[in-house]
Amino acid sequence: MSEQPTAPDTAAVQAEPLEQAEARLQPIRWKFPITYAVLGLLSLLVFTLLIPAGAATQFRVSTASDFITFDAINVPSFGTALSLSILQLALAGWAVYAAVHRIRLGVWHPVLFGTLFVLAFLVYAGAGRGAFIPMVTLLSGALMLSVPLIFGAMCGLVGERSGIINIAIEGQLLAGAFLAAVAASFFTSAYVGLLAAPFAGAAVGGLLVWFAVKYHVNQIIVGVVLNVLVIGLTSFFYSTVLTQNAELWNARQQLPRLSVPGLSQIPIIGPVLFNHTILVYLMYVIVAALSILVFRSRWGLRMRAVGEHPKAADTVGINVARTRVINTVLAGAIAGLGGAYFTVGQGLAFGQEMSAGQGFIALAAMILGRWNPKGALFAALLFGFSTSLGQTLSTIGTPVPSEMLLMLPYVITIFAVAGFVGRVRPPAAEGIPYIK
Amino acid sequence: MKLELRGVTKRFGDFTANDQIDLTVEPGEIHALLGENGAGKSTLMNIIYGLYSPNEGQILLDGEPVEFHGPGDAVAAGIGMVHQHFMLIPVFSVTESVMLGYEPTKAAGLVDFAEARRRVEEISARFGFDVDPEAMIEDLPVGAQQRVEIIKALSRDARVLILDEPTAVLTPQETDELISIMRQLKASGTSILFITHKLREVRAIADTISVIRRGKVVGETTPESTETELASLMVGREVSLTTQKEPASPGETALSVSGLTVVSPNGKALLDDVSLEIARGEILCIAGVDGNGQTELTEAILGIREAAAGTITLDGTDLGPKNVKQRLNSGIGFVPEDRSTDGVIAGFSITENFVLDQYDQPPYSNGVVMRQEVMRARAEEQTARFDVRLGTVDDAISTLSGGNQQKVVLARELSRDNRLLVASQPTRGVDVGSIEFIHRTLIEERERGTPCLIVSTELDEVLNLADRVAVMYRGRIIGTVPGDTDRDVLGLMMAGVPAEEARVQAAAHHTVLGEADVEAEEQA
Amino acid sequence: MSDQKKTPRNNDDAAEPGGALKQAESRLQYALRDLAQSSWMITVLSIVVALVVGALLILATNPQVQATLGYFFARPADFFATSFEVIRDAYSALFRGAVYDWQAATPQRAIRPITETLVNAVPLILAGLGIAIGFRSGMLNIGGQGQIILGATCAAFIGYAFALPLGLHLLLALMGGVLGGAIWGGIAGVLKAKTGANEVIVTIMLNNIALYFLAWLLRQQWFVQTGSNQPIATPVEDSARLFGLLGTGFRLHAGIFIAIAATVFVWWLLERSTLGFEMRAIGENPEAARTAGVNVPKATALVLIIGGALCGLGGAAHLLGTEYRLAAGIAGTLGFDAITVALLGRSRPLGTFLAGLLFGGLRAGGVLMQAQTGTPIDIVLVLQSVIVLLIAAPPLVRAIFFLPSTERKKKPRRRQKPVQEAVR
Repeated sequence: MSEQPTAPDTAAVQAEPLEQAEARLQPIRWKFPITYAVLGLLSLLVFTLLIPAGAATQFRVSTASDFITFDAINVPSFGTALSLSILQLALAGWAVYAAVHRIRLGVWHPVLFGTLFVLAFLVYAGAGRGAFIPMVTLLSGALMLSVPLIFGAMCGLVGERSGIINIAIEGQLLAGAFLAAVAASFFTSAYVGLLAAPFAGAAVGGLLVWFAVKYHVNQIIVGVVLNVLVIGLTSFFYSTVLTQNAELWNARQQLPRLSVPGLSQIPIIGPVLFNHTILVYLMYVIVAALSILVFRSRWGLRMRAVGEHPKAADTVGINVARTRVINTVLAGAIAGLGGAYFTVGQGLAFGQEMSAGQGFIALAAMILGRWNPKGALFAALLFGFSTSLGQTLSTIGTPVPSEMLLMLPYVITIFAVAGFVGRVRPPAAEGIPYIK
Repeated sequence: MKLELRGVTKRFGDFTANDQIDLTVEPGEIHALLGENGAGKSTLMNIIYGLYSPNEGQILLDGEPVEFHGPGDAVAAGIGMVHQHFMLIPVFSVTESVMLGYEPTKAAGLVDFAEARRRVEEISARFGFDVDPEAMIEDLPVGAQQRVEIIKALSRDARVLILDEPTAVLTPQETDELISIMRQLKASGTSILFITHKLREVRAIADTISVIRRGKVVGETTPESTETELASLMVGREVSLTTQKEPASPGETALSVSGLTVVSPNGKALLDDVSLEIARGEILCIAGVDGNGQTELTEAILGIREAAAGTITLDGTDLGPKNVKQRLNSGIGFVPEDRSTDGVIAGFSITENFVLDQYDQPPYSNGVVMRQEVMRARAEEQTARFDVRLGTVDDAISTLSGGNQQKVVLARELSRDNRLLVASQPTRGVDVGSIEFIHRTLIEERERGTPCLIVSTELDEVLNLADRVAVMYRGRIIGTVPGDTDRDVLGLMMAGVPAEEARVQAAAHHTVLGEADVEAEEQA
Repeated sequence: MSDQKKTPRNNDDAAEPGGALKQAESRLQYALRDLAQSSWMITVLSIVVALVVGALLILATNPQVQATLGYFFARPADFFATSFEVIRDAYSALFRGAVYDWQAATPQRAIRPITETLVNAVPLILAGLGIAIGFRSGMLNIGGQGQIILGATCAAFIGYAFALPLGLHLLLALMGGVLGGAIWGGIAGVLKAKTGANEVIVTIMLNNIALYFLAWLLRQQWFVQTGSNQPIATPVEDSARLFGLLGTGFRLHAGIFIAIAATVFVWWLLERSTLGFEMRAIGENPEAARTAGVNVPKATALVLIIGGALCGLGGAAHLLGTEYRLAAGIAGTLGFDAITVALLGRSRPLGTFLAGLLFGGLRAGGVLMQAQTGTPIDIVLVLQSVIVLLIAAPPLVRAIFFLPSTERKKKPRRRQKPVQEAVR
């Protein structure tokens, strides 16, 4: 090697003042502290001060069928909401301190804050109503409602990590729901429906990737059009064959509920997590597998390479087109499986457009979860929770219109992509056809 | 390993990119492939690397014909390649990048990270590279990224290494390090095929030189050939490598930049306290390795980037409060660094591109409606003046060659009265013939009294055009020196060494390329 | 060690939210240009393929055909004869419902179908133009649905909540529709301009928000003003309705003139005005536009505001000319149909107008086809999506019909292509 001073050495002389300059220039990030403060004040001024004097809120933390049952918890509304609000404001104060000193806060901070905020809201919503807030129903309902979202988000994630934007999740869910219902009805077995559903999703995924990879058609356009196609096809068959002979083609079939021995007897957690159909357990397996495989397996490494920089992947002998095709079809199968939730998962017959925009919420969950299985899971659960909350509150009667809660996932997503909830960075090559 | 090409031909439609190419790289030889942009070098490399399959001809390794169906086959046969644009994934770690495609795995298809990391460390140690296997690619400097690419190739036991324009992004001193790595590899028996369009480099490094022009090998020669010989072989006619120009006669100061600071959204200083002045009738060149703040400087002058601090004054007027459009209208001609992204709109016609930054100004428009006939007439007149080879001005600009597109940009920017010309990389991706024309045009603009700020990463271009040179390093101006400063001094300054110290160091130790310079001067 | 970063450009990319989709957007331009270059023949052939697909669907679900299949090997001719009849009946009903009904009892009823086609085409053309403006400017506005809902909602409320003189009332209601759509599109536009938020995601989300917003409004008594619990609003006043053009028995209304005027306006805007130049420039290459002094954020916001306004106008025309009463399903599938209209029209104003007529005709014909042959109107969605998928992939259409590839046609273009591009 050459003996003269090289670039790195001389750079060291310069490095210090430059870094100082950078520290000086690093702006204080006020977004989070301000958000926390506003929400904390909302909790204090609305959820706390609007509570009628002497009111109490009742939470029910078990159902009659549970292994261990508890009495309802009865808390004084005002005092509880007040202390929850004060805790929130304390967390907001902490966030301010951290921002000024440029300390990064972990994920626990927003999670804890969110939990406190939701609890305060529940205390307010149930104050003096005389009705119980059924926590187990609320939470297990949230999980159930998240099922199609989670499957859909995992589908979107696998596709986009390989570089294929998937707007057709909605169509894949609907196709899965349709085929699950038809197959289950024809063979009078919900499990056959469950087996068939992935093929429907995979077929839509196959069409998407075929047009995207072979013909370089804009993926967003293909996705949008495929949604229309699936709605058209399923509605057409629904109005013809399925209505002409509903007994044969569209009879209700339901997956049985399977309690996990032991685990399902744990208070609260048991009935919420371990008393479901096989579809939910499959979901656990898929999420767990993806969160490992995407980052630590050969398949995941190659998938991410193809989605970030296909040419680089090509130069090390990875077949970009094949990787994209296989992964998108596989992803479609996952979404198709999720679609089974609408029919055999809930024991319903197929109905026109019954996926009702869930595919778009799944897309939103994937973005909010930053293309990460765990993040997408969390976001989907959040969205499921907000819907479940809307349903619960409309039964006990509250001042908040259910439409507002149903809108919530969409609003949160807009905030997320607008950069209010941190940086959103999709795979670099998504949506771009790879042409040698 | 010995690499042979016999009659390799590659066509795209009815365009022949490679025409009957014969080439032999002996074991342990550094073989340079010299040619202009678009001569067919990259196509040839992609054929050797299995990315394209040839229409005709054969590739032989150690005398055995081979056929590659993809890069995987080429790698398996012992061919490694370092691409001009690195094939690295910014969000991957060094270890992940090196193992990609050849991952050691444990049970269930899970990657054995420990094993992969060990391989990276082993190769780094063998060649004395200082590379952290856990570092993210996007956090590494270019030189280190290049070393990762070399590790990648070596980890697959490459015995023929192809380097595509490897010095384009390096300082002369970093280039020196690369050269020493190349010689080390050569000593261990690796054959190296080295692609470049820089005459000086091939003479300094190569054992054998093949020159390629318009898809054909037009000659094989040795480093003993003079630069002029190589140049005329490469271009196909006599070329003058330097442009004649009179010494500058600077007038009063026109542009003055002081304390200019630009900060990236994540708080990094991209331009740090930059001050400079340009007089009327003077060319100030900004030299430096790509990505040291040159782009930000020109963009801040045009107003695309917001300045965090500092002032820019043109003929006594503060540009600060003006937006891009107002600055353009006040007489700034701007030739952007990357023509295809910033300079032209590929799908627009030549006419539309010709009015691109004056579309809402008279005579082309009354502010609401555009005047098609005026636009067309002016475009025809000016493109003719700038010798743009075109069909009609209604054709899409993407039908023109890079050099002609650049001439359209220059025609647009120079066909009005400029009070300042800012030109970045004015000859990047342009053929040699057009380079001569563009350099002459720029000097003419100077003669007309326009102050010119020209950014170039090509030292040849800087030395050719500059009346004064300001060298940028990590967002700062490291020093401003006269236009005839020694290449080694500029090189050291580009690596962050202040001018005085650079002079001392350069006098004590010439780089390989610096020596080639001295030699070239002696010959001339 | 040196901490000199690769290039500052990389840092920037990382800092911009949604920055990576940008490249995908400029790809959109190439995709759309390819569309524009594919010939009329591809369009016609795509329609033919779609009709064949539709025919197969009809056959597969037709009980008579299924019956003949039962004894197919005994008498195959029966199967073919029945199939032919079924298809002929369905498609002749489709044609008679869309263009001219030669079986109608009166001449008036015979020409009614073509007017129905125009009625259906009005919102499709207007919203399609709104989407097309986005496409030409590099923005995928998937939010037609939401913008139509907002447009219809504003127009309806102005239409029944106020008593105003004839003419003025209609004008104000239409303006309300324009404003509603513009605001809804503008949210996406301003967010994209200010924060770089990807408009695809934002507009999709806004579609669903609009849906729930309307559902909520329809439960509010101050809004619906009906005195009943039905989620449907009062009909708009006569003074705010788009007047009929052909008297009783016909639904054709003045909205068709609005659609024609809008088509001409969009052509002028895109091809002749400086604003259109800016919009097309940011669509083709936002970086170059910015360097050329275009205020990219402003132009970006304007594209989606104008696009939203046109979609809103479409919603308003649909409500004030056809529906009169605001209900939850007011937009139907118009928003997504508009996307297919813009795609089939290759984002050109005239093309969009013609595509709107075609899909309006399918819709009108679908009604008669459903009534006379029992073929569900949903088949129109299938035809529409198959047509659009096929025109987006000309090589596929050529492959279906065993046509030669366009290599020969492209030759003159190739020759002029610069060396680098051909090699790339």
